[in-house]
Amino acid sequence: MVNEGASGKYTTVSIPVTLYRRIKKLIESTGFTSVSSYVTYVLREIVAAHEMEKGEEPFTPEDRERIIEKLRRLGYLD
Amino acid sequence: MVAKPHGGKLVNKVSREPRRSRLLEEARELYQISLDLDTAVDVENIAHGVYSPLEGFMIQDDYLHVLEDMRLSDDTPWTMPLILDLDPRKMRGISEGDDVTLAFRGSPLAILHVEEIYEWDKKRHVRRIYGTTDPAHPGIAQVMQRRELLIGGPIELLSNVPISPNFERYLLWPAETRVLFEEKGWRRIAGFQTRNVPHMGHEYIQKAALTFVDGLFINPLIGKKKPGDWRDEVILEAYEALIRYYYPRDVTVLAILRTRMRYAGPREAVHHAIIRKNFGCTHFIIGRDHAGVDNYYGPYDAWQIFQEFPDLGITPLFIREAFYCRKCNGMVNEKICPHDEQYRIRISGTRIREMIKKGEIPPSELMRPEVAKAILRFKELFVR
Repeated sequence: MVNEGASGKYTTVSIPVTLYRRIKKLIESTGFTSVSSYVTYVLREIVAAHEMEKGEEPFTPEDRERIIEKLRRLGYLD
Repeated sequence: MVAKPHGGKLVNKVSREPRRSRLLEEARELYQISLDLDTAVDVENIAHGVYSPLEGFMIQDDYLHVLEDMRLSDDTPWTMPLILDLDPRKMRGISEGDDVTLAFRGSPLAILHVEEIYEWDKKRHVRRIYGTTDPAHPGIAQVMQRRELLIGGPIELLSNVPISPNFERYLLWPAETRVLFEEKGWRRIAGFQTRNVPHMGHEYIQKAALTFVDGLFINPLIGKKKPGDWRDEVILEAYEALIRYYYPRDVTVLAILRTRMRYAGPREAVHHAIIRKNFGCTHFIIGRDHAGVDNYYGPYDAWQIFQEFPDLGITPLFIREAFYCRKCNGMVNEKICPHDEQYRIRISGTRIREMIKKGEIPPSELMRPEVAKAILRFKELFVR
């Protein structure tokens, strides 16, 4: 069950005050409304890039041959 | 390299022998929930990884996160709830932890492991998903007809949903398109979602995208639409004609996506992109008023929403509405044409529709004559 209160949706991560100030200055006049929204955006971008390297596909060589046969039968492959 | 599946792993919940036969036996003894065609197709899509990483219908935690934050509870971007509704009067005998049979036309289609049964607030749902509570909105009308409880949990597919022979050869699953794109040597693939017959504007944006990628995946949506939309058979024949006469050999794949339109505008645009990512697309074309209906959404609202998702894993290609310019002597858009409106021929879907209805071939600035002729071979053009 989701806690609908703000404390249920967010948690605190510490960053150096100097970095906080740097980001605060950086996001002036951008679409980011807070340091938190900027940090969230950047972290999601980086985390996704790392996760992409780990992705796997579930088919075996036999599956692949079966798929290629079907694609040929349907005319998608010569 | 084709795009990694959304959430990192392509879901495969298609039961294989000998397990399938055993589950089919068991399914006959279990409590049965009958599905309509659209929901049955959703089950099949889940099993084949179209909605990866979802392995079933959403439990409440995921549902509420999607509603409020446009993300699953593990933070994966997800904008459209995938839910199964249930009549409270018919749920006697079903408890959390049970397995139930999802049946289509009287036969077992899948097993659902019931993880959670919960209530939902339809008004809150439509406000968050559609940005309006107007009952005239066709997506909202669909939601309001649904029943009062939701049932969530993973599924395992036992049978296929029957498909018209006209469409069968166009039905490819994500595992298959991924292999296909790799076999063709495509590394960058642009997905194109459509529910219309192709006019010159569509051809323009597809070819603009093709300039930057290796292949184009044209993926018409086949399923429930609103009255007045083009019939699925007509769309496919029109695309066959366009590809045959106007596309280089071996740069396009035409395959269908069986699902219903929700008309949720921006949220549905992201949903469509995620689906095409699962098919292996690295890019997704977003034109004007994607998945919109009437004037509920701004023409380029669907472009804005993508800014919320730096972690989507598929690159949106925002391509402006095209028109024919008599001065430029070709198809162009606002950004590249300096001429006045008097030289521009706007492509009106309504105008094309009216001409086709009268049996006329639209001017070549609007539609390729070969496409129009392919359309005119049909007696029934529109969904009733």
